[in-house]
Amino acid sequence: MGNEEQQFKILNDSTRDAKYKWVGTRPVRPDGVDKVTGRATFGADFQIAGMLHAKVLRSPHAHARIVSIKCERALALPGVKGVITGADFPDISPQMRAAGESPVVVRDLARNVIARDKALYHGHAVAAVAATSPLIAEKAAKLIDVEYEVLPHVMNVADAMKDDAPVIHEDVFTKGVEPKPENPSNVVRRFEFAVGDCDAGFEQAEIIVEDNYSTEAVHQGYIEPHAALVSISEDDMATIWCSSQGQYMVRNYTASVCGLEISKIRVIPAEIGGGFGGKTTVYLEPLGVMLAKKTGRPIKLVMSREEVFRATGPTSGGVGHCKLGAKKDGTIVAAELTLKYEAGAFPGSPVQFGCMAGLAPYAIENAKAVGYDVVVNRPKVAAYRAPGAPMAAFAVESAMDDLAKALGVDPIELRKKNGSKEGTQAHYGPKFNRIGFLETLEAAESHPHWNAPLGPNQGRGIASGFWFNIGGNSSANVHINEDGTAVVVTGNPDIGGSRASMAMMAAEVLGMELDRVKPIVGDTSQVAYSDLTGGSRVTFATGKAVIEAAEDVVRQMRERAAKLWEVDVDVVEWQSGHAVCIAGGDHQPLSVKDIANSAGRTGGPISGKASINASGAGPGFGTHICDVEVDPETGRVTVVRYTAIQDAGRAIHPSYVEGQMQGGAVQGIGWALNEEYIYDDDGRMDNAGFLDYRVPVASDLPMIDTVIVEVPNPGHPFGVRGVGEVPIVPPLAAVANAIAAATDLRMTDLPISPPKLLDAIDSK
Amino acid sequence: MAKVVLQQGLADSFTDGETHWEIDAKDVRALIRELDAKFPGIGEQLNSRTAVAIDGEIFQDPLLQATPSESEVYFLPMIEGG
Repeated sequence: MGNEEQQFKILNDSTRDAKYKWVGTRPVRPDGVDKVTGRATFGADFQIAGMLHAKVLRSPHAHARIVSIKCERALALPGVKGVITGADFPDISPQMRAAGESPVVVRDLARNVIARDKALYHGHAVAAVAATSPLIAEKAAKLIDVEYEVLPHVMNVADAMKDDAPVIHEDVFTKGVEPKPENPSNVVRRFEFAVGDCDAGFEQAEIIVEDNYSTEAVHQGYIEPHAALVSISEDDMATIWCSSQGQYMVRNYTASVCGLEISKIRVIPAEIGGGFGGKTTVYLEPLGVMLAKKTGRPIKLVMSREEVFRATGPTSGGVGHCKLGAKKDGTIVAAELTLKYEAGAFPGSPVQFGCMAGLAPYAIENAKAVGYDVVVNRPKVAAYRAPGAPMAAFAVESAMDDLAKALGVDPIELRKKNGSKEGTQAHYGPKFNRIGFLETLEAAESHPHWNAPLGPNQGRGIASGFWFNIGGNSSANVHINEDGTAVVVTGNPDIGGSRASMAMMAAEVLGMELDRVKPIVGDTSQVAYSDLTGGSRVTFATGKAVIEAAEDVVRQMRERAAKLWEVDVDVVEWQSGHAVCIAGGDHQPLSVKDIANSAGRTGGPISGKASINASGAGPGFGTHICDVEVDPETGRVTVVRYTAIQDAGRAIHPSYVEGQMQGGAVQGIGWALNEEYIYDDDGRMDNAGFLDYRVPVASDLPMIDTVIVEVPNPGHPFGVRGVGEVPIVPPLAAVANAIAAATDLRMTDLPISPPKLLDAIDSK
Repeated sequence: MAKVVLQQGLADSFTDGETHWEIDAKDVRALIRELDAKFPGIGEQLNSRTAVAIDGEIFQDPLLQATPSESEVYFLPMIEGG
């Protein structure tokens, strides 16, 4: 296709690019059999001789000053080998930043790991005890005497932003406002992103819609609780086995919190039973290091599900307001988005990303997004797929639906008319390069789902979503073994099938059979630094590193063949896994195995490597269609059909792209319909378990249909775009819009649980 | 001259609210030096807490990326992800 604008396709078996042998195919994942047979080793599976078991004592109060901690009774219990509190950790200056991709404030990180002068949420770690068995450790934790001075608490942005609200941090003064405040506040920072003149834009508008929206904090809901095993050798080298989204992140953060050199820690990544952003920080590892130092014994820590809910980061709840102004022809001339997000007990909600992502799908001349980062007495939030974007999209995409209704136009047409495309200037600044948003809308419009008949009490909604996608630092080694097989070593935990995609990209470049390429997730001593697995970056960025390392190997193999043939390397080409001499002569092509067999005589082992800071990550867009059926007598909502459509750039392994789309959609549906933290009046979580914190299960949902649109990303050799973040962005509004279609009720507060919807139905 | 745009919050703190600048600099490092010479202290912020979009392409943790004449340079928050 000569026209750049038309260079996209909907992926299926007949449209797969035939020039690739492996890219776009669906081989069985290398780690799959071990995972389904129980052989895979997760964080809690590691054992080591002489290890102790540790338990964490957590605050029973949402906000309290710690007056004293007395450990004598716990230490006197037979089997107890040591207790630590915040006093065992080094003092850290407020200015210190951890190494790594997103420099966190180490003081906050350390005080989230274990409280110092104040406990800031129910479940905040206050002390940890190591003993010869988990039961003894648990009993000992109850014998630690903590005297608290209970303080008033705030649990949501509305209360936290009141002038007379209890202040959580005396040293937080709101940034980004003028004049600079003289008093501390729970509002950490105000953000603003704008283009054009919103007031003038709304003056031009002929139709305006606006509403207030709210969402609850929701947990990432990974199946595997946090777990770590720490051992410190006689020469003070710490080895940590743990489940995380980044072994280098664990190493850097733990070193910073514990006051150690990075070189003193080796982190061996376990298999990971889900993360979704929730395992991009540390909770247990620094406790394990300090207990191991104190006791001289290896330490194992495993969280319970209740601890996961009470003490690890959900994403933010918050409130928002969205106002859209349009001409009668459907041209949106102005947009305003205001978001206020809970950060949890320490600064740093993803509100700025919500401000940037919420309006990004649309080319609006006058647009402004304002965000407020607000601390509350809840666990510090952690990343969750497309951090900050789903809540913003809930507001914007609900308002888009209302605008389409007010204009009397099809909601897809409204989005197509105003949709961002190549050259559109996002309201947060830069112009988009080649993107595939309009293509997802066209795919939605032509999908049978969009025009399928609906039954009684059913409604159909549509919503779109955006995520930036990122590159970042990645490293890869590719070794050719003596028998001509290959090993690919990368530094990223395999969460979504990355072993398979790394092997496939290497095999594609090397021209080898896939079963002769073995992908390995290396520990921090085996391969150079890599940013963590998150932000939809691994297939893109680590994939680029693998491709470069494999190209390095190909270059070396061409050189070795040239030496064997006594020709110039320029006349040796690499074709389908063989060195081929194009200069004529009696030179039979040499396979990888042939070249590997003679490697010792031509210069030694063949090994390629690459360490890069990848740029060129192509933004991702998706559009979801949702059908619901509403029971008017109970308010229960059943999703009866769901289709997720997304631009993947190029799907290396389509099944795993589809899996990301399905998983994101399901998590978003749970966010829309069921999931919420329920606190009592004292700020204690009442539903810290999967029985009462209701995530969707397979029997709740239909098969999630998927459509992969491919608009290749020019920034990647195979055209890859990240795919893991985008699919959780549209569902919140897609579900709400479907409910609006079924009931003629605009539900603006999530979750749309049966009692809430029934109230609205009864109040109609 | 590269066309440089700062976030409003950063501009409020360092440049009296002015967000748009035209700066002659060969790369991000030189550009930040120029800004820091005009507005002391902004360099530390730009070096530690931001990403840069140059003609639409976002660079995390940039330093040596070229900023050609007429390029559009936006300082943004570092993008994270789950």
